[in-house]
Amino acid sequence: MEGLLDINWRLFAIVTLNGLTLASLYFIVASGFSLIFGLMRVVNMAHGSLYLLGAYVGFEVSETSGSWLLGILAAGVVVAAAGAALQVSILSWMQGQDLRQALATIGVSIVAADLMLAQWGGSAYQISLPDAVSTFVPVPVAGRFAMARLMLIVLALIIGVGLWLMLNRTRIGMLIRAGVDDRRMLEALGVNVPLVFVGVFAIGAGLAGVAGVVGGSVLSVSPGEDARYLLSSLIVVIVGGMGSIPGAAIGALLVAMAETYGLAYTPTYGIVYTFALMVAVLAVRPQGLLGRAA
Amino acid sequence: MTRKILTAIVVLGLLAYPFLVNSFWLVQIGGRTMGFGTVVLSLVFLTAYTGMLSLAQMTVAGVAGYAVAYFTAPTGGVGMLLPWPVALILAMGLATLAGLLIGLVSVRTQGIYTLMITLAVAMAFYYLTLQNYDLFNGFTGFNNVEPPVILGLDLGAPLPFYYLSAALAALCYFGVRHVVRTPFGLALQGVRDEPQRVRALGYNVALLRILAFGLAGAIAGVGGILNLWLNASISPGSVALNPVIDVLMAGVLGGIGHPIGAYVGAFVFTVVDNFAIDFIARERFNTLIGLIFLAIVLFSPDGLTGLARRLWRRTTAEEKEGRESVRHGNEVGK
Repeated sequence: MEGLLDINWRLFAIVTLNGLTLASLYFIVASGFSLIFGLMRVVNMAHGSLYLLGAYVGFEVSETSGSWLLGILAAGVVVAAAGAALQVSILSWMQGQDLRQALATIGVSIVAADLMLAQWGGSAYQISLPDAVSTFVPVPVAGRFAMARLMLIVLALIIGVGLWLMLNRTRIGMLIRAGVDDRRMLEALGVNVPLVFVGVFAIGAGLAGVAGVVGGSVLSVSPGEDARYLLSSLIVVIVGGMGSIPGAAIGALLVAMAETYGLAYTPTYGIVYTFALMVAVLAVRPQGLLGRAA
Repeated sequence: MTRKILTAIVVLGLLAYPFLVNSFWLVQIGGRTMGFGTVVLSLVFLTAYTGMLSLAQMTVAGVAGYAVAYFTAPTGGVGMLLPWPVALILAMGLATLAGLLIGLVSVRTQGIYTLMITLAVAMAFYYLTLQNYDLFNGFTGFNNVEPPVILGLDLGAPLPFYYLSAALAALCYFGVRHVVRTPFGLALQGVRDEPQRVRALGYNVALLRILAFGLAGAIAGVGGILNLWLNASISPGSVALNPVIDVLMAGVLGGIGHPIGAYVGAFVFTVVDNFAIDFIARERFNTLIGLIFLAIVLFSPDGLTGLARRLWRRTTAEEKEGRESVRHGNEVGK
């Protein structure tokens, strides 16, 4: 009993809030990854590179223009274009050969990581936030918490709801869902499916770019982050279920919480919890918590 | 017949190799190709004969490497000194166990799912070695790990090390060639092609796959120990994303359909790695190898050996066409 009462509630609250922040970031990255997989069965191993590219573009633009919003906008657009280019130039040539596509994106990610290292060097950058959100807000128990981190949680909620609305309430969402269920039938109905593919790839990549700017502002940008966010996206969708946006949300929450609590309370074994979570899910539901059986 | 002559030439070439090159080519190219190639071989074995593409083979090699370092070269209070034969047996056992466990985790998946899950396993292991100081000595890892000296023969010296690496690589290579012709190996290929039918024949498909991962783990373990001795050190950087992907790249480069592709790929990879400086700046090695890899994936999915085989077939086919009329009579009964 003694031990229970001794819990540092303030630390616990801060760790929980940090976990939520990380979950938000993971969700934004992984939702794009999952969206792309859901429609095209492409495991985009270059998704982490798109994240990192977004972060660097956002850094450059916001530094030159002085506007953070312009930075995030530019990153979204540039990375969406890069994603569309990747689909058109390489992946569309081997549609349906999922393993070969995964290998090709691995090749792209290696070249991209190296070129970004050449351009921006090995040092870490921090994207400066607008003054309006560089403050702290009082929260119960935890004391105070960075405004920017709370805004990140709000942004993830907006993106989540927005994706859900787009997929379930709009015409393009209807096309995407139809494509997931029966691609050939959709083609037979006269829809330009390759164009839908490029569009979805652009949206998924754009989300990674936006996440890069947000991550670069709240945390930091450095080489190696691409691998980190690729890994988190992989585990999030393995846990949540490939191709499912609600699954990505649940997966992101579980993975980020496991990681944050693990690192806070048992520092040298933090990653083990994330891993154990993944293994447990695979043992019980190989298709992920909200995934459909293949 | 041609095949046997070719094998004999390659074996003789490998035996004579130390007397034809300088010590840099002997250890940094020859020795590295053998050690790294053996890790790649474990991947090629899994992919070619079971249809599972695993990205965790460098991780398993790392388990063996870390185990040998932990038991033979304790650093800063981390580790436990054991006689080297015990350390090697433990390391091989742990590598096999790691292979079996990875098989257990990914047995219910296939194709890109196996790729994703094994990559997740590999990255989890990397972060564990980075964060953990009790077993892995964190960021520093283990340094000054020397191969044993047996009866006055220093296995770390260039010539003995090369022959040791070549012998172990040959053992693994011919071992794989042998295993795939045993009932176990044939069952594996059955699982690769038609899992449902093999299951209907009464085989335990999951068990077969896990055992294949275990065998691949043992092979990767051999490669991991050789890599450790070559570098004399091991750290999280040895099991990070880059080396993990390097194994895949070397495999795809050489050709993932046949065991020899592993060593061809490892050789090309090592040569490019060492001589990229002559083509472009040393720092841009990854761009070069990444582009080569991409070109192979795009234009020759069965790698350099596949490319060579197709060229060979084309030339022999042309010859055959010329001699078609002559050979026609002899063809009967073949």
